[in-house]
Amino acid sequence: MPFEPKILGIFCNWCSYTGADLAGTARIKYAPNVRIVRVMCSGRVDNSFVLKAFQEGADGVLVAGCHPGDCHYIEGNFKTMGRVPILKEMLRQFGIEPQRFRLEWISASEGDRVAEVVNQMTEQVRKLGPLKWKEVTNTKDLKT
Amino acid sequence: MTEKLKLGVYWGASCGGCDISTLEIAENILKVIEVADIVLWPCVVDFKYEDVRNYPDGYMDVCLWNGGVRNSETREIAELIRKKSKVLVAYGACSAFGGIPSLANLYTKESIFERAYKTTESTDNPKEIYPQTTYTVPEGDLHLPEFYGSVYRLRDVVDVDYTMPGCPPTGKQTWNVIEAIATGKLPPKGSVVGVGDKTVCDECPFEKKTEGVRIERFKRPHLEKPDLTPIAELNNKPQCLLEQGFVCVGSATRSGCEAQCLNANMPCRGCYGPAKDVDDQGSKAAAAIGSLIDTKGDPKRGEEIAAQIVDPVGTFYRFGVANSLLRRAKI
Repeated sequence: MPFEPKILGIFCNWCSYTGADLAGTARIKYAPNVRIVRVMCSGRVDNSFVLKAFQEGADGVLVAGCHPGDCHYIEGNFKTMGRVPILKEMLRQFGIEPQRFRLEWISASEGDRVAEVVNQMTEQVRKLGPLKWKEVTNTKDLKT
Repeated sequence: MTEKLKLGVYWGASCGGCDISTLEIAENILKVIEVADIVLWPCVVDFKYEDVRNYPDGYMDVCLWNGGVRNSETREIAELIRKKSKVLVAYGACSAFGGIPSLANLYTKESIFERAYKTTESTDNPKEIYPQTTYTVPEGDLHLPEFYGSVYRLRDVVDVDYTMPGCPPTGKQTWNVIEAIATGKLPPKGSVVGVGDKTVCDECPFEKKTEGVRIERFKRPHLEKPDLTPIAELNNKPQCLLEQGFVCVGSATRSGCEAQCLNANMPCRGCYGPAKDVDDQGSKAAAAIGSLIDTKGDPKRGEEIAAQIVDPVGTFYRFGVANSLLRRAKI
């Protein structure tokens, strides 16, 4: 049985989630490994959401928002652009491989891009294997 | 005449600062001596573990425990002290959150031993001798505690009644808590004590401007001085240090310290731990500060400015890697 990555997707309502919807209505076939949670704006995505996802067992996290300049709330994704680089460096320091977290700008008309990104990321995470963060923090040395 | 409280103070993986900080209650130390007898305090008084083992269970009315859990001796004594104490307080950032020692959770025991016993610049250890947990000499077997793979919080090994953050907790808050214990006016078990309900911003002498301030460049406090000019529109207070570009995590940090560092013109480093109801201090602080970066809608600009924070984990989780969502690094 090949390893099936569990990837959390956090997609913004106005662009990327609608894009994912388009992938569906256009019946584009793509990997089922990303579970999508809808937020109103990628600027809502707090760094702690991503860490919590990994801590709870996700193998990867994909955040998708509107292209710069297209944010429905004008500056919401500006915040994403400021937060994500800090998050990426933090993840690296915690030993989480960079391919496990991805930020993409996907518009409402880019159903094919959703499929492309999901397929790509699924394969990359599949190669890395499961993250199993609960095993990293299993406090086994306290059990002696 | 009411019986005096039996007070214990003990240290795990600690710098000793918390032991000293109990003296910051200044003249209130005389009140403490009036109401309490010290029955354990390795930093200050010569009680032995055997004395503690001989105490009846629950003998200590309160034990203030500082320091994290790094090795098996600390854990063993934590369990012993838990039995011998009525109230056990995780005193200070290390016992509450892992503290600065828990930055070691970014490394492994192997890499720490290699650095400490082999590669530090002042170490001369050609035979590469490392400490062992057991070593046999003609006179018998010698034992050292086992060094754990991670730094743990006190509550990871025993049941903790109250948590008091701070590195160290301030004299005022220490006295507040001792007084509360002495008068029996403690909040429900499990509470964080010696704190306020808000963030450090609430106690800060600097003032933020309203909307629109963005950070174009992060400034390092050891390289640049903040602008302390009082500004009329800000109630004659100088501008918020974070807005000036100094990384200050006060907005994600629990109040209660009276912003001592800010009052010395230094940005907050977060020693009072996460604000109330916050699960992960470091990511909240990073998200708050990240959202202030002046990206001008350009992701590359965002990356360049964010890269000026060279060590996000060390900066945002300085006092509590062990208390973060991820708890330690994967190696």
